[in-house]
Amino acid sequence: MTTPAAPRAWPVETLARVPYWVYQDEANYRAELRRIFEGPVWNYVCLESDVARAGDYRTTFVGEMPVIIVRGEDGALHAFENRCAHRGALIALDDAGTAKRFQCVYHAWTYDLEGNLVGVAFEKGSHGQGGMPASFCKAEHGPRKLRTASLCGLVFASLSPDTPPLEAYLGEEVRRRVARVLRKPVRVLGRFVQRLPNNWKLYVENVKDTYHASLLHTFFTTFRVTRLTQGGGVVVSPDGGHHASATLDRRDDSEGAAYREQGLRADQDGFGLADPSLLDTVDEFGDGIKLQILTVFPNFVLQQIGNCLAVRQVLPKGAGAMELAWTYFGFADDTPAMHRRRLKQANLVGPAGYVSMEDGCVGGFVQRGAAAAADELSVVNMGGEGAESQETRATEASVRGFWKAYRRHMGY
Amino acid sequence: MAARDLPAADLLPLVSALNADYARAIDDDRLEAWPGFFAEPCVYKITSADNHRRGFEAGVVYADSQGMLSDRVAALRRANVYERQAYRHLVGLPAILGEVDGAVRAETPFLVVRIMRDGTMDLFATGRYLDLLVDHGGALRFRERIVVCDSSRFDTLLAIPL
Ligand code: FES
Ligand SMILES: [Fe+2]
Repeated sequence: MTTPAAPRAWPVETLARVPYWVYQDEANYRAELRRIFEGPVWNYVCLESDVARAGDYRTTFVGEMPVIIVRGEDGALHAFENRCAHRGALIALDDAGTAKRFQCVYHAWTYDLEGNLVGVAFEKGSHGQGGMPASFCKAEHGPRKLRTASLCGLVFASLSPDTPPLEAYLGEEVRRRVARVLRKPVRVLGRFVQRLPNNWKLYVENVKDTYHASLLHTFFTTFRVTRLTQGGGVVVSPDGGHHASATLDRRDDSEGAAYREQGLRADQDGFGLADPSLLDTVDEFGDGIKLQILTVFPNFVLQQIGNCLAVRQVLPKGAGAMELAWTYFGFADDTPAMHRRRLKQANLVGPAGYVSMEDGCVGGFVQRGAAAAADELSVVNMGGEGAESQETRATEASVRGFWKAYRRHMGY
Repeated sequence: MAARDLPAADLLPLVSALNADYARAIDDDRLEAWPGFFAEPCVYKITSADNHRRGFEAGVVYADSQGMLSDRVAALRRANVYERQAYRHLVGLPAILGEVDGAVRAETPFLVVRIMRDGTMDLFATGRYLDLLVDHGGALRFRERIVVCDSSRFDTLLAIPL
């Protein structure tokens, strides 16, 4: 597969500046689909529990490529393009299901659970007429196959033979922080999709942006769930692409002072909840980490906000739009009290989340604000110019890490 | 006479009037009045048909007390950031579906148009209210209102309740 040349020249060397055309340019967007999503990366596609038994499948996307993830008769996971080898129709039309084989509705070509073409309707024609030429070999035709890898119940897929093994791709630190949360079988509690009016990268940057969390999301700060002055830090993988930020549960009376000093909107003491059961969090992981946000390049987020657990899948939908697929989960062995706690804390996240609703609109504010500024540069300078792990969240190190990985993949 | 003892034909105008008042309170930006449409304790949840059908219990909004409802309003007024917007609810005729645990069961279809500050009007949500209604302080109130949106996809964000 040939990868198209990068459509533009990157204007600066430093990771601390980003041109706005990168969120707008259609040719750049198409190059991203080929070079990143269909390139040497691991794309999150589903949970292992979504495809628990032989024949269970889910449909999703790798970039804009429709794909099917299915559990084979052998128990192995298979992934292939959801595109019929005949004329290109979707093979599976549902979000999920259970199948013995897949049959395209258009002309009934059939595929086994590994995506091999096994049946062509009227292959030998009818009454000696028509049919496929004798030279047609089914084994030579089929949708493109993807490699799959799973870790702690998460399933990833890659189109490239060059993608390193998943654990090496993540690096030890990030892998450990995935395992910290996903340490036992999960139980899905709900799935929602949020359509965002912005380029996919604005959302990924937002998730990695530890600087904004307590400034934009004033619910947190108002109820003292987190402040930048609380303990914590950010781990950035060596290649820059993945990150995990943590906030430690440590409260002291001085924490509001730094906000008052700066005259920040995020400081509003004395605002209490009428029903504080929402914030009744228990330290279920036993390590005092109250919040952990983790990303895997390019499309995955794992979130622990108190006892509210979710995975988020970033789905690009053109240069100026994306979808964010939320899956809220708990664990299969949750007590009724923990289950109820998770339902309540789900108010914190998702399209109506007390601490995430702003992330739904702020990317659109950038997309609209920078509409005429293709060649201007945004400033990503908090905490310097590097992309190394830092023991503070008042930094944009993990955002710069994203650009480090992005530019390497794109050839910028 | 308790609401549950009334024949369906007599309940229909009562439930319709409650729905009309509820929609006006939201659309007129009188959100502080919104928790008062519920009994205490209560359940209010916004979910989707797909989650509802599959038995996935988490909602995009979930409250089990009037306190949680008023916290939602307080957060919208004081903490959350979103672009100025308003809803126009069109609420259909309720179907009165009998009695459950001393409450009247009703189901009502709705459609909500969202009007943004720049004038953009979008069909934001359609769905049905699955309600359990009780007498509460002499008036009909929601003991439970499950908002089942037809689609699981929400545009940008959901701030104002449905
Ligand atoms: S397009 Fe699938 S069988 Fe023809
Ligand atoms: Fe955020």
